[in-house]
Amino acid sequence: MTGKTGDLNKMFNNHQPNGSENAGDVMIRVENLKKYFPIVQGVVWRRRVGAVKAVDGISFNINKGETLGVVGESGCGKSTAGRAILQLQRPSSGRVYIDDTELTTLNKASLRRLRPRMQMIFQDSYDSLNPRQSVGQIIAEPMVINGTYTRSRIYDRIAELLELVGLSIDHAGRFPHEFSGGQRQRINIARALALEPDFIVCDEPISALDISIQAQVVNLFQDLQRDLNLTYLFIAHDLSMVQHISNRVAVMYLGKIMELAGRDDLFANPAHPYTQSLISSAPFPDPALERKRKRITLSGEVPSPANPPAGCVFHTRCPVAEKICAVEIPAYREIMKSHFAACHLADDQGAGKIL
Amino acid sequence: MPILEVKNLVTRFYTIEGVVHALNGVSFDLEEGEILGIVGESGSGKSVAMMSLLNLLPMPPARIERGKALFYENGGQDSVDLLTLTKAERRRVRGGKIGYIFQDALSALNPVMTVGRQIGESLMEHLGLSGEDAKHRAVELLEHVGIPGAEKRYYNYPHQFSGGMRQRVMIAIAIACDPKIVIADEPTTALDVTVQAQIVELIKRLQEELRLAVIWITHDLGVVAGIADRVLVMYAGYPVEISLVDDLYNNPVHPYTKGLLGALPGIGGKRAGRLESIEGAPPDLLAKPKHCQFVWRCPYAFDRCRNEMPELVEIAPKHYTKCFL
Repeated sequence: MTGKTGDLNKMFNNHQPNGSENAGDVMIRVENLKKYFPIVQGVVWRRRVGAVKAVDGISFNINKGETLGVVGESGCGKSTAGRAILQLQRPSSGRVYIDDTELTTLNKASLRRLRPRMQMIFQDSYDSLNPRQSVGQIIAEPMVINGTYTRSRIYDRIAELLELVGLSIDHAGRFPHEFSGGQRQRINIARALALEPDFIVCDEPISALDISIQAQVVNLFQDLQRDLNLTYLFIAHDLSMVQHISNRVAVMYLGKIMELAGRDDLFANPAHPYTQSLISSAPFPDPALERKRKRITLSGEVPSPANPPAGCVFHTRCPVAEKICAVEIPAYREIMKSHFAACHLADDQGAGKIL
Repeated sequence: MPILEVKNLVTRFYTIEGVVHALNGVSFDLEEGEILGIVGESGSGKSVAMMSLLNLLPMPPARIERGKALFYENGGQDSVDLLTLTKAERRRVRGGKIGYIFQDALSALNPVMTVGRQIGESLMEHLGLSGEDAKHRAVELLEHVGIPGAEKRYYNYPHQFSGGMRQRVMIAIAIACDPKIVIADEPTTALDVTVQAQIVELIKRLQEELRLAVIWITHDLGVVAGIADRVLVMYAGYPVEISLVDDLYNNPVHPYTKGLLGALPGIGGKRAGRLESIEGAPPDLLAKPKHCQFVWRCPYAFDRCRNEMPELVEIAPKHYTKCFL
């Protein structure tokens, strides 16, 4: 299945770095990515009066074949980050590399040639499907636009893809409204897979589904990753699902990454007070445990990203904030091996621990 | 001692496409001062059941076909059937004796009326307070549910509040008239986890202070584990399992409950490579149920399940299930 994408690799990667042994490791590199949305005023002469800092300088790598989970509350910029990485919304500044191709400076045509490699799956499975197209048409569309698929190949591929996501070719003639939420999300997945991508941004793909259906779709994501060697950026607000599916997890708050670490490390030793309170706020399906569990309940709510607090953006809600937190922006640094956090107090000795 | 006893409640919707069998005989009781969690997936009938009790459903298309909902007052001496009340009597109960917290506070609140007046409105209606007293009490209530600057916030409109604060206003309205029962219909579903934790704590605190009986509707088995005394699991318009909360999580009996718990990934605890999913999807409610409604998705189904409807039976003290197994 790498035939096509392999060619593209060659096309864009003619300046492979030295040796390329570890080039296979990191697939996506994000450097200081920012996305600001302007706030404008005035009816005729539109003046820019400020900016919503939806994503405010995030950096991370995604390795080939891994799942990086991104969690955070609504408005923390996790979806915007996903879109900015795929250049669906052009970032305000920063760099995004896929293998060694820099995306933010590419023009439309070159970006288009790269599109088959990177796809997106959206939260709302109904809004992201055209209600007047049959499932077959929906899945065929990327291949038709791509132009390198013959008609008979497209027919075969539709059947292949439907089977891959647990539907059958009999469904190809039906329309989106005839399906349940879980099945519609399967159709979205089939369409995303049509051009054999290797990187998929999953933007809360299971949040709108019922629990028993969520489990089906999560299992499907994992099977596909194993069989097709996919790389995921998995955006969600449900900690337990992110923990289940991810290799590494990034925690976002007000446009910044607060902490990023390997999954088990992050959940066992959360260093940032925000991560600690997120984990402690998440309800756990065990009554005995719930009763004896201590909780860190944060006061207040997330401040507006149009006017984020000075210093550490979390200091207004942080239970252990000190003077420096209101003044100085904490550096995003590696506090333990492969464990990054942006907090003045956190260190490898467990400082900054609340509980 | 029960404060509410629901018996064999049947609600159907008569739509153009056919009859939707939303509730097919729901029975449960609510003890004084307890928190009963009702869990189920979308379409399982958990909200319809509550709305049937308070006559909040649009009729038509909805019709309550059968059933009783006995509401006990004065220590169980008097009882009224909520389903046969006259309009005036129903108004006395709704918002007075029984408070309701809706999921979506923004659409439940009146957007062109200050929150203070919305709280005061029910105080004047149910308790007959004067405008002055109602205002005084409304400010107290806003403070009580943890809204800072209540005096000023009294004059704000719903859109000036954040999601969590709006939910607090809803709670203030629900408890304004000193109700006996509060129905919380997915009160935290639309909120972020850190705010959800705040609201859960608030409702728990109020429940203890005011000795409320609370019916907590949710699809989140984690929230229920932390808050409920007993849990009722709904599926396709039927209660399939009712039990004390520890019993339910430690010894789930109905295959659906088992499946739901298996579908959850564990935080921190044990975690297998794959989630156990329940295959298939919930049944079409347009078909008249003739046998167990979980049979299509049940890994243990046998012939009898396809021919007969199981009864809700007590298999252990206070543990009921609707299954032949």
